[in-house]
Amino acid sequence: MSSKNGSILALDNVTVSFGGLLAVSDFDFTLQRGELVGLIGPNGAGKTTVFNIITGQYEPVSGKVFFRGQDITGWRPDRVTCAGIARTFQNMRLFEGLTVLDNVLVARHSKLRSSMLAAALNLPSYVKEERQAETKAMELLDRVGLVDLAHTQAGSLPYGQQRRVEIARALAADPEVLLLDEPAAGMNPEETMRLMEFICGVRDEFGLTILLIEHDMKLVMGICERIRVIDYGMSIAEGTPEEIQGNPKVISAYLGEEACDYA
Amino acid sequence: MSDKFRNTLLTIAFIAFLFFVAWLADSYLDEYVMRVVRTGLIYVTAAVSYNLINGIAGQFSLGPNGFMALGGYMVALLILPLEQKEFVWFLQPLIWPFRIFSLTKPLFPLALAIGGAAGALGALIVGVPSLRLRGDYLAIATFGFSQIIIVLANNLIPVTNGALGIKGIPEYANVYWCLTWAILTVLVISNLANSSYGRAMKSIRDDEVAAEAMGIPIFKHKLLAFVVSGFFAGVSGGLMASLITTVSPSLYSFSMTFNLLIIIVLGGLGSITGSTITAFAFTILSEALRFVESPINIGPVHIPGIAGMRMLVFSLLLVLLMVFYRQGLFGQKEISWDWVLSHFKNRDYQGVKTCPQKTDRS
Amino acid sequence: MNAAVFFQQLINGMSLGSLYALLAIGYTMVYGILRFINFAHSDIFMVGAYSAFFFIVIFRIPWPLAAALAVCFTALVGMTIDRVAYRPVRDAPRISALITAVGVSSFIENLGLVTVGARPKAFESPKFMSRVFHIGPVSITGVAIWVPIITFMLLVVMMYIVYRTKIGMAMRSVSTDIEATRLMGVDVDKVISYTFALGSALAAAGGILWACKYPRITPLMGVYPGWKAFTAAVVGGIGSIPGAMIGGFIIGLIEVMTVAFFPDLSGYRDGVIFLVLVVFLLIRPTGILGETLKEKV
Ligand SMILES: Nc1ncnc2c1ncn2[C@@H]1O[C@H](COP(=O)(O)OP(=O)(O)OP(=O)(O)O)[C@@H](O)[C@H]1O
Ligand SMILES: [Mg+2]
Repeated sequence: MSSKNGSILALDNVTVSFGGLLAVSDFDFTLQRGELVGLIGPNGAGKTTVFNIITGQYEPVSGKVFFRGQDITGWRPDRVTCAGIARTFQNMRLFEGLTVLDNVLVARHSKLRSSMLAAALNLPSYVKEERQAETKAMELLDRVGLVDLAHTQAGSLPYGQQRRVEIARALAADPEVLLLDEPAAGMNPEETMRLMEFICGVRDEFGLTILLIEHDMKLVMGICERIRVIDYGMSIAEGTPEEIQGNPKVISAYLGEEACDYA
Repeated sequence: MSDKFRNTLLTIAFIAFLFFVAWLADSYLDEYVMRVVRTGLIYVTAAVSYNLINGIAGQFSLGPNGFMALGGYMVALLILPLEQKEFVWFLQPLIWPFRIFSLTKPLFPLALAIGGAAGALGALIVGVPSLRLRGDYLAIATFGFSQIIIVLANNLIPVTNGALGIKGIPEYANVYWCLTWAILTVLVISNLANSSYGRAMKSIRDDEVAAEAMGIPIFKHKLLAFVVSGFFAGVSGGLMASLITTVSPSLYSFSMTFNLLIIIVLGGLGSITGSTITAFAFTILSEALRFVESPINIGPVHIPGIAGMRMLVFSLLLVLLMVFYRQGLFGQKEISWDWVLSHFKNRDYQGVKTCPQKTDRS
Repeated sequence: MNAAVFFQQLINGMSLGSLYALLAIGYTMVYGILRFINFAHSDIFMVGAYSAFFFIVIFRIPWPLAAALAVCFTALVGMTIDRVAYRPVRDAPRISALITAVGVSSFIENLGLVTVGARPKAFESPKFMSRVFHIGPVSITGVAIWVPIITFMLLVVMMYIVYRTKIGMAMRSVSTDIEATRLMGVDVDKVISYTFALGSALAAAGGILWACKYPRITPLMGVYPGWKAFTAAVVGGIGSIPGAMIGGFIIGLIEVMTVAFFPDLSGYRDGVIFLVLVVFLLIRPTGILGETLKEKV
C-alpha cells in the first residue's frame, strides 16, 4: 500500500472492535503536512479511538496506519511518539505527583543519550544534557505561560492550567504531528479563545500538523481548514467548515443525539 | 561556589562524619549494640533498593526476599572456607566451581559484588516475563518466583545444603562494610531517582499509559529499576549471610519481604530518606520487642515467651498505617541539603518538595 | 503404574482439587468486584478450621451444628475484615489495597500463633469421614469421597445464590460495572460485604473439610492451600466462578499426579504449582475462561 501520495499521516481502511462493538470501521483518512484538521462527531462516535489507533494504544483488527510513508501499524505507543506523533488525552493524564517542569521533562527523556549509569553517577556528560533539557522545557512552559508554576505539583493546578501543561508536555516530545483530544473541554469562552490563538500560533512556530477533536463548534469551525465527521465509527462527511455546517447527514447525526438526550 | 558543588562537599563531609561515628561506636560500644547497628545498616540497603521498585517505579513486587536469598547463598558459597565446605556437605559433595576455592577476607567486597550480580540476574530473569503484567499480577508473579527460589533452596542439596542451610560463614561484614554499602545504595539510588531515568520511572508510577504516550519505553524502565534493585538486594542478602554467619531458606522467607514492606510504607513509598530512617527505627523496634517473644523470669514469676507477638504488632502497624497514615512519615519527600541549610539560615527554601498522595484513576 | 493406582490418584486429585475450588471462588469473586487480591483469604480458611475445632472440642457442640456455626462465624469475620480494613482504602491507589491485604493476612496468622500457638492441634473429624471403602483393588477413605460430594453440594448452593437470587444478581452487576450499578441505586458497599461473607463461608467450609482430610491444624495451614487456590483462580480465569472450579480441579490433579508419577520431585510439589502459576501468567494471564479487557484510554 502506498503512503497515499506524500501525506504525513494516513489511515487505510482501519477497523477496531471491542467485543463485537465496532468502535471504528473501515476508516480512511489522510493528513497533509502543515494542515490543521478537525475530527468531530457525537459522543461515543469513535473519535478518541481513532487517536488510540494512530498512537498505538489500540491495535486495529484490520487496516494500516502510515506515518511519513512508513507502516507504523502495531507499533508500541512510545515508539510512535519517538517517531514524531504526540498527543494529549481527553481525560488529561498528567503525572500528578510530579512538578509541572518534571511533567514536561518526562517527554524529553527519550531524547537523552546518556546511559543510566552516567545518570546515576551524575557524570558531566549527563549533567550537560539534563541542563539542555531543562532549558528547552522552560522555554515551552514560557510559551504556555506557566513558567512561574514550574515547581508546583501538577495535580494541584486548576483545570485550565493542567490542560496547558499537557500541551506543553506533548510539544516537548518534538512532534511533527500533534493530536489534541478535546483541549477546550472545561474551559470558559475566554480561555477557549486564547487556546484557539495558541493552537494556531504553535502550528506556525513549530511547523506542526494538527489533528483536533473538539465538541466546541466555534473553536473547530474557527480554526480548522478541513473537518472530518464520524458517527458510529464510520466517516459520514468531510469538507471545509462551511460544507460541514450545511451537510444534512451531519445535522441529522447531531440532531439524533440531541433527540436522544431529550428523550 | 555553586549550590551543587556546595552540596557535594557537604555530602562528602557527612560521609566522613558517618565513618568517624562508626569508628567511635566500634571502639566503645559493646558487641550486641554493634550487631543491631550492622543489622540496621543492612536493612537500609535492602529497604532503599526495595523502595526503588515499589515507591519510585510504583511496581508492586513481593520478591525481594528471593533476590536477597540469591545474594546470600552466593556470598556464602564464595567465602565459606574450604574445610568448612567439606564439613557442611559431608553427604553430597558441593557443586563444582565452589568446591575448589574460597575467597579470603580482602576479597569480601568482590564476593558481595558477585552476590549483587546474582541478585540482579535473578531480577532480570524474574522481571523479563513478569514485568509485562500489570499491578496485582506482578505481585503474584514475583511472589511465585521468590517461592520457587525458596523451594529450590530447600531441595538443591549440592548447592544449598537444603533446609539445614550453611553454617560457619566467616563474619567479614563489619560495621564499615555495612556502612559503605548502605551509603553506596542511598547515593546511587537517590541520584538515579532524581535523574531523567528516575523521572521516567516516577511517570510510570503515576500514569503508565501517559508515560508510554510520552515516549517512555515502560518495560525497559521497569526492568532497569528491577535489576538495579535486585543488585542491591543481593548485596544486602550477602551482608546478612556474613553477619549472621549462617544461611538457610527460613532466613530469606516471605517475612523478610514483609519487614521491608513495613519499612518502606512507614517511611513513605517513594521517599529514600524515609526508608533509610525507618529501616534503622524498625531494627531497633524489632530488637526492643524481642523481649515479648522470649521467656522472662522476674524473681519467682515465670512469663513464657509468646511466639509471633512481634509480627502481630508489625502487621497491625502495617494495616493501621494503610488505613490512617497512608503517606507514611515522609510521603514522597526527601531531606536535601538545601532544606537543612534553610533551617540554619532561617531562609525560606523550597528544598523539600511536597508531594500530596495522588488518588487512583483506574 | 497400573489402572487401579491411577484411578485412586484420580480420586485423590479430584478431592484435593475440589477443596482448592472452594477456596478459589472467594479469590475470584473479590477480584471480580474489587480488582484486588485478597491475600487474607487463605487465613480465613484457617479461621474456619479453627472455629470448627473450638466449637467441637471446647464447647462440645455436635459436629454438623459446629460446622454450620463455624461457617457463619467465619463469614462474619470476612465481612468485618472488609469493613475495617479494605473499605477505608477502596479509593486509595491500588498498591495501598494490596499492602493492606498483605498486612491483614499476616495479622491473622500471627494472631493465631499468639493465641493458639504454633503447635498443631488434632482435629476430630466425624466418623463417616474416616471409614475406608474397598472397591475391588482400590481402597478409598471416606474423606476422599465425602469431600468432593459435600463440595459439589456447596457449589450448587453457591451457584444458586449467585445466579438465581437478587443479591447474587447485584454481585454480578457490581463486578461488571461498579459505577453503573451504584448509579442504579444499589448499595454497593452492602453487596461487597455480602460477597465477602459468601466467599468466606466457602473458605470456611473448605478449611473444615481440609482439616478432616489432614487433621493436624496450625495457624499457618492456609498459606499453601491459599496460594494454590489462587493459582487455580488464575488458571481458570480470574473473575470467573466456573473458571475457579475448573482451575481448582486442574491444580489438584497436577499436584497429586506430580507426586504420584515423579516421587523424586515430591520436595518440589509446591514449586511445581508456583511454576504453573507463573507460566499461566505469562502465556495466558486471562486464564481459561477469563476475558481480555483493554484499558480504556
Ligand atoms: N477500551 C475499550 N473497551 C471497550 N469499549 C471501548 C473502549 N474504548 C472505546 N470503547 C467504545 O468505543 C466507542 C467509541 O469510543 P470513543 O471513546 O472513541 O468515542 P468518542 O468519539 O471519543 O466519544 P466522546 O466524545 O464521548 O469522547 C464507545 O462506544 C466506547 O464505549
Ligand atoms: Mg473521546
